[in-house]
Amino acid sequence: MNTLLTELWPYFLIVLVGYLPNEVWRLFGLVLARGLNEDSQVVVWSRAVATAILAGVIAKLVLFSTGALATIPLSVRVIAAVFAFLVFLGARRSVFAGVLAGEVALLAGGFLFAH
Amino acid sequence: MPAMSAPVDFSSSTAAFFSGAKAAVTSVFMLVLAGTYIGIGALTHDFGLSSWWLAISTVLVWAAPAQVILITTVTTGAALFEIALAVTLSAVRFFPMVVALMPMLRGPTTRLRELLLPTHFTAVSMWVESLRLLPGIEHQWRIPFCNGVSAGYMATATVFGFVGFYLAAGLPPLLAGGLLFLTPMSFLMSTARNARMMIDKLGLVLGLLIGPLLTILDVNLDLMWTGLAGGTLAYLVHRIREATT
Repeated sequence: MNTLLTELWPYFLIVLVGYLPNEVWRLFGLVLARGLNEDSQVVVWSRAVATAILAGVIAKLVLFSTGALATIPLSVRVIAAVFAFLVFLGARRSVFAGVLAGEVALLAGGFLFAH
Repeated sequence: MPAMSAPVDFSSSTAAFFSGAKAAVTSVFMLVLAGTYIGIGALTHDFGLSSWWLAISTVLVWAAPAQVILITTVTTGAALFEIALAVTLSAVRFFPMVVALMPMLRGPTTRLRELLLPTHFTAVSMWVESLRLLPGIEHQWRIPFCNGVSAGYMATATVFGFVGFYLAAGLPPLLAGGLLFLTPMSFLMSTARNARMMIDKLGLVLGLLIGPLLTILDVNLDLMWTGLAGGTLAYLVHRIREATT
């Protein structure tokens, strides 16, 4: 009985402290979105807020990296990100070309300058 | 460019679903999710959780940042309240995403329960691709199409979680760092590609600037404030420009 509980505990935690606190925002959104159309001002504003949050996440992942990415110097990460964006713009907004360029720059810089 | 030609029509919901799934697995996010979930799979292995635990958390939580928080806290004896708080803060972004997405999916006869699945599926990858592709899809097929896109992404993430779990020990740090770099790069450029209107471009630029600034200033709930400040500022500039033209 106790071993079964011990084995099931991590799965129970997925629901309790993973699924529920995560899902609640999606459900709030669904409830609030009732009766709104695509052009309503709340939707336009929400889209701008979601975009800004996403941009904040992007900047934090590059500037304040954790784990293996943190072993590559900050300057290399920033230069690789700027380079990726320039290639993206130059390649008629190809996400694939941009991501590829960023990865090549990061790995080359990391290989030369890793701590 | 789908928005410029006539909307795509389908013969059935099933056809729309599989067309969405096909769009998902041929998009750049496929590579991104594969890379991200290989990284998360390796992390799961390092923290002594099982590969099935990861698969179930992918299906139920369906948010890479929240899953990373879970993996790194549930085995280290952190207080449950603390874990739940960290997860819920990382998930605030879903609220405006769902609000912006639902009006694109909903038609005059749509019932609430049909929207429950797309609501659960809402995540960055699916949201960015849905906003790009849905305007080119006939309105009545948008929900199955969107579910197809999402199912394609979720299946990709689940499979590559297993791959990463079993690759775990093998990757040298530089390559592991390269995998982690996939996520911000693809998010940055796919968001930039979607930002055709000035308000979206401004929201992106402001978020990139305000996010790190609030982190340096050590502000609590920094991402929430980044969104509210950056998004609202972009919205106000948009309103002022509309009023003057």
